[in-house]
Amino acid sequence: MDILRRAIAEGRKPDLRELVEAIPYCRFLGVETDLKGNELTTILRFSDRLIGNPVLPALHGGVVGAFLEITAVIQLMLETESEELPKPVDIGIDYLRSGRPVDTYARATVTKHGRRVCNVRAEAWQEDHARPIAALHGHFLIKPIEPKTGQSDE
Amino acid sequence: MSKVFDNAPPAGSLLAGIPHAAALGLHIVSIETGKVTCRVPFAAHLIGNPDTRVIHGGVITALLDNTCGIAVGSRTMLRGQIATLDLRIDYMKQATPDEDILAFAECFKVTRNIAFARGVAYQTDQGDPVATCAAAFMLGTRSTPGRQPSGTGGT
Repeated sequence: MDILRRAIAEGRKPDLRELVEAIPYCRFLGVETDLKGNELTTILRFSDRLIGNPVLPALHGGVVGAFLEITAVIQLMLETESEELPKPVDIGIDYLRSGRPVDTYARATVTKHGRRVCNVRAEAWQEDHARPIAALHGHFLIKPIEPKTGQSDE
Repeated sequence: MSKVFDNAPPAGSLLAGIPHAAALGLHIVSIETGKVTCRVPFAAHLIGNPDTRVIHGGVITALLDNTCGIAVGSRTMLRGQIATLDLRIDYMKQATPDEDILAFAECFKVTRNIAFARGVAYQTDQGDPVATCAAAFMLGTRSTPGRQPSGTGGT
């Protein structure tokens, strides 16, 4: 993606707001990012079209799963230098509580950072971080660029 | 067609009663007890990679979840009283841009509390899937407002 290539060329992290805005499906869901230092929280703004059970009402399970997948991918973008978006290989989603019609938040951790495949966990919550509504674990294929000498300060 | 649960959405219908399914344009293609095929038409707002125009994996997640849910509903006669416990998806290949995505799901086992389903998402050939899934659903969850369905199985 152009945004990622530009960030790498300029030796900085990609602008997450720009990244999310460039992905039509993220705009459709209403995903936002909040980066404090190196801690990323994603936000899923509630809207009626995210409802899967209008009687309760509850968020659609697919929406919650998609939001966790997006969170995992954005976290990977922060932690890997790649010109391409990571591709999901497999994901497992545990639904823990029904998603109420309010904003939802999520965070992800890269559990294992391989050369080609990364293992990621993510968790979504609403009012109370200690009461998650869903959790994801998954594998993602990454396509890292060859690091250029003298560019990293690590 | 065999008898399907009361108020079952007929084949060809848009799932208008489920706001997110309607937002995706999710239609039922065919339905019989425990077996359902659904379709999501390609749309620009579902794109996950603007470079390749490939549909986002999340659309496939929502499609498989919903199709498995309808398959369980059609076999258990429960509607709105089931909740996804877990969903595992394997992505086999990227979807071809500008083509619709279909999903076939089958509810293959029902116990007192839990129903199991499996599904496959594809475009032209079910034998060449975009993704496959396995899902477990909790049965008899509360469907009245203000009472949260219990997410834990086994009771």
